[in-house]
Amino acid sequence: MPTAPEHRSSRSTESLEEPDNPTLTSADKLKMVPKSRVGSQEKVVADRVFRGLVILCALAVMTIVGLIAFELVSQSRISITKFGFKFLAKQIWDPVAEDFGALPFIYGTIVSSLVALCIAVPLAVGTALFLTELCPKQLRGILSLLVELLSAIPSVIYGLWGIFVLSPFLRIYVQPFLAKYFGWTGLFSGPKYGWGMLAAGVILAIMILPIIAAITREVITAVPRVQREAALALGATKWEMLRIAVLRNARPGIFGAVILGLGRALGETMAVTMVIGNRPEIARSLFAPGHTLASVIANEFTEAVGSVYLSALVEMALILFVLTLIVNALAGLLVWSITRGMPARAIA
Amino acid sequence: MLNSSQNISLYRRLTNGVAIGLISLGALIVTVPLFLILGTVVYRGMGGLNWAFFTQIPKPIGEIGGGMANAIIGSVMLLGLASLVGVPLGVGAGIFLAEYGRNKWGNIVRFTCDVLNGVPSIVIGLTAYALVVVVQKHFSLLAGAVALGIMMIPTISRTTEEVLLLVPQSIREAALGLGIPRWRTILSVVLRTASSGIVTSIMLAFARIAGETAPLIFTTLGNSYWNINLNQPTAALPLQIYTYALMPYDQAHQQAWTGALVLISMIMLTVILFRFIASRGAIKGNN
Repeated sequence: MPTAPEHRSSRSTESLEEPDNPTLTSADKLKMVPKSRVGSQEKVVADRVFRGLVILCALAVMTIVGLIAFELVSQSRISITKFGFKFLAKQIWDPVAEDFGALPFIYGTIVSSLVALCIAVPLAVGTALFLTELCPKQLRGILSLLVELLSAIPSVIYGLWGIFVLSPFLRIYVQPFLAKYFGWTGLFSGPKYGWGMLAAGVILAIMILPIIAAITREVITAVPRVQREAALALGATKWEMLRIAVLRNARPGIFGAVILGLGRALGETMAVTMVIGNRPEIARSLFAPGHTLASVIANEFTEAVGSVYLSALVEMALILFVLTLIVNALAGLLVWSITRGMPARAIA
Repeated sequence: MLNSSQNISLYRRLTNGVAIGLISLGALIVTVPLFLILGTVVYRGMGGLNWAFFTQIPKPIGEIGGGMANAIIGSVMLLGLASLVGVPLGVGAGIFLAEYGRNKWGNIVRFTCDVLNGVPSIVIGLTAYALVVVVQKHFSLLAGAVALGIMMIPTISRTTEEVLLLVPQSIREAALGLGIPRWRTILSVVLRTASSGIVTSIMLAFARIAGETAPLIFTTLGNSYWNINLNQPTAALPLQIYTYALMPYDQAHQQAWTGALVLISMIMLTVILFRFIASRGAIKGNN
């Protein structure tokens, strides 16, 4: 591009010949814009400064994630070197003797999250199906707002409600029923406190429902219309259409939504701490109190004395971090495999 | 299909009816906890709602009365300071992703944002503890604000990216074609077009952190008295609710419920405001 006028003329002839040249990307078009000579130096500098600032913001995000990983590892070094991999398999939690093991907490985290998934997944998938396929138009807006509001309730208020409303309800109505009819499984036996692993699972289920429902909805919407029409044209009933066309096609994405919900449940702290009972034991019964990785940090960190104790608690956070990292990466991959090609969406 | 329904076997019709019924019932059940929780919070919280609640600090245990004025102010300061950390970084990273990040580097940053979004809040709190509290050797409002600010970033940046990408390419080209430099184009044309969408993303992030408690336990710590020094432990509404909920006194429980009512009203107002703005279209003049 020697001079501006020449360039301009060449561009106009080009556009006369080929008005919609598909091979020209927007970047190419930008290159063809004539550069004005006046003040171009300042413009270049200002552009560079702006670009630098924006890149700095992006770098900051990466630095933060790096710092999280670094701090967790460096602060838990004492515990890692003292206990090694046995930390993950030991059941002891003895602050006085400074002997610590994470197994009851890992168990509690995983079991409470699994209970939550068992309750939340059918309801969330049902809600998503209802909202996308069955719901009358007038109802859709208000219903999706209600589900969304559920995710806006703070964790600590779920906990408050869990202590004073849910736990007594479980103790008086649900636990006697479960003990009577399903007590033989061993999952529902022992003293009925109300609070405990089951209460934590129920609270978590309510909390992760909106996110599973929202992503399932997105995935279901991404299933091509043609699939539904084809099923209906073959004479399928509405449910058969949903099963054959919608659910089967959306299955990996729904699986991703479920795992993303799992990621949320694993790291949830306040509500769980308030209802789970905070006892580091592994019990078969879901009525028994338990403890999770997140709840032990919330409960004991400010009271912890001694570097080994503190460092063991930070190692819990490290385990939690790695666990959620794996779970979220898996979920992201699954959701992406279904909705790819659609615009990027922040999962809030 | 409707006309031929008499040809469908009874079994298939029954299955269809049962399945559709169950799905609809499921959707109905989901709304029950929301009403139960909101109902309980309003019912139990109303009783303690009075002028003193908004103007006084907590009375010593056993004395009737007192309020959460210091916690409300503390929360406002905390959220304001967190926004100062989270909003510029989040919007900046969002601009990078949308305008400069259509490549490998963008993908890496996008992935990092998603990772940060998935990090449990208590882990972020622990990091803020290590970065600020350990270094300063005392708990402070600042440390809590850092934790909450970090939590805002992924929500804001990914949503900002999304709305910036909705701005038509032709608008950028028109601005550049007028000889406006790229940074001015982005700031005064693209960002302005997408401004309501960006405001939405900020409110979304705000609603997410407003009720956060876990990262504050060992950063902001809580305080029974007035404090407006950013470098000192400060009361915050969610922390105060947590403390009161675990106390074995009815008076404390009453305060906790009223605090919950105030907190939830603040958040719901923000969310409804966000819905209102979002319903006007993420992009002005586009919908």
